[in-house]
Amino acid sequence: MTPLLSVRDVTKRYGARIGCAGVSFDLYPGEVMGVVGESGSGKTTLLNCLAGQLAPDTGEVIFDTRADGPRDTLTMSEPERRMLGRTDWAFVHQHARDGLRMGVSAGGNVGERLMAVGARHYGDIRTQAVDWLGRVEIAADRVDDRPTAFSGGMQQRLQIARNLVIGPRLVFMDEPTGGLDVSVQARLLDLLRGLVRDMGLSAIVVTHDLAVVRLLAHRLMVMKDGDVVETGLTDQVLDDPQHGYTQLLVSSVLQV
Amino acid sequence: MSDYNFAYLDEQTKRMIRRAILKGLAIPGYQVPFASREMPMPYGWGTGGVQVSAATLTPGDRFKVIDQGADDTTNAVSIRRFFERTAGVATTTRTGEATVIQTRHRIPEERLSEDQILVYQVPIPEPLRFLEPRESETRKMHALEEYGLMHVKLYEDISRHGHIATSYAYPVKVEERYVMDPSPIPKFDNPKLDSPAIQLFGAGREQRIYALPPYTRAVSLDFEDHPFDPSKAPHACGLCGAADSYLDEVITDDAGGRMFVCSDTDYCETRRAAGHRGDMAGEDAA
Ligand SMILES: [Zn+2]
Repeated sequence: MTPLLSVRDVTKRYGARIGCAGVSFDLYPGEVMGVVGESGSGKTTLLNCLAGQLAPDTGEVIFDTRADGPRDTLTMSEPERRMLGRTDWAFVHQHARDGLRMGVSAGGNVGERLMAVGARHYGDIRTQAVDWLGRVEIAADRVDDRPTAFSGGMQQRLQIARNLVIGPRLVFMDEPTGGLDVSVQARLLDLLRGLVRDMGLSAIVVTHDLAVVRLLAHRLMVMKDGDVVETGLTDQVLDDPQHGYTQLLVSSVLQV
Repeated sequence: MSDYNFAYLDEQTKRMIRRAILKGLAIPGYQVPFASREMPMPYGWGTGGVQVSAATLTPGDRFKVIDQGADDTTNAVSIRRFFERTAGVATTTRTGEATVIQTRHRIPEERLSEDQILVYQVPIPEPLRFLEPRESETRKMHALEEYGLMHVKLYEDISRHGHIATSYAYPVKVEERYVMDPSPIPKFDNPKLDSPAIQLFGAGREQRIYALPPYTRAVSLDFEDHPFDPSKAPHACGLCGAADSYLDEVITDDAGGRMFVCSDTDYCETRRAAGHRGDMAGEDAA
């Protein structure tokens, strides 16, 4: 099987400081890869490099495109990469306001993705928007409200709906439950797990929260100081960590 | 008038503006940056249009200025006087007789011809501005034809009002490429953007010039199930009886009396001179 995403030796430096170093892995269709580590471990730098938001110094990020098969997204033209960003890729930001238009209604936020790829029938756009609001447990009568009128959890669910409405083949998530109350986190995680399972989503989830990857990720990469120090199946890594740093991470979560 | 160079601006500045105009004509609907000059009038008084007119006028031209369709507003009169003084060009209120027409907020009702130039005063040239304030991003969106956001605005309109409520500055797509703000003309005028005349758009404060060459297709954006509708209020002009012109509502007395009259004053006067009469025209005028 062709990997959906092949990451080869991706390195990003900030001057003398290492962002992430020599990261390689394959992601297969339907797979969710978790990337864990403390802040400063390089996990967010890596995510931004993979999602085309940051140019790595070296490496390849090869995506299996619909039209032309595997292609290195780093050497694509910007229009091609932005087109991927509107069609096959989705990016869920930690802060919903980074991923939403706060001055546009919930329906407009979800509908924008459809309009960006050419939808021109108002009734159809609205029907799909309402359908997606329902899937993220936002009542249909909120479709014309702006995100500013929503709670933090609702905003995050709206951002997820906006990202998934176009049926992306790969979803990047940056601390998707970060900054939310614990009870809200649990509900969001439950929802995300359902969507990932039902849609067979492929995703890369960056988080410092091991509970998130325990629920969502099939495989895990543990990062420290820009390096990947351990990889493996999620349960394996969490239940029987080999690297000293992973052991520390796991034990600190057990103490919480 | 000998105190000024012809049409106020120095020749080098006019050449720079003409280059921007030619570039705009070569890439219809594309916003060309230009180095806007201080003009002896405040922004909002059409300094962009005035600079474009200054770079366009020749001594043989006949110049007309309209503001909301009227030749006699303070703004129109002062711009007309400005070029009478600084260029010594002939002026007119007759649409058909003018070779260069500077306008704010209207396209004349009378169909323009191939030997005419229409210059628009533009306050905000960027149609994507209201939803994406970052200039770096809107330029990229134009370059890559990422215009989904334009329809988000129309979507919001329908979700809020039940129909596309945008009635001025209604965005158009030019020759299936650039999305353009036609300046705050009523959407009623949008079909007239497809014109035999050259149309030039000048934004002074924002330092942008864009253009439509003759017979350029400018399609008003819409949805399949909410098609563009340029219609106006279903009235005829009270003075000249025209049923096909854009109308202003005018209060006629203290008792709340009102009437609808052509906003294009030249069009209305020409029709009345030809004997047309509306419901509210006095008998004595006949
Ligand atoms: Zn009239």
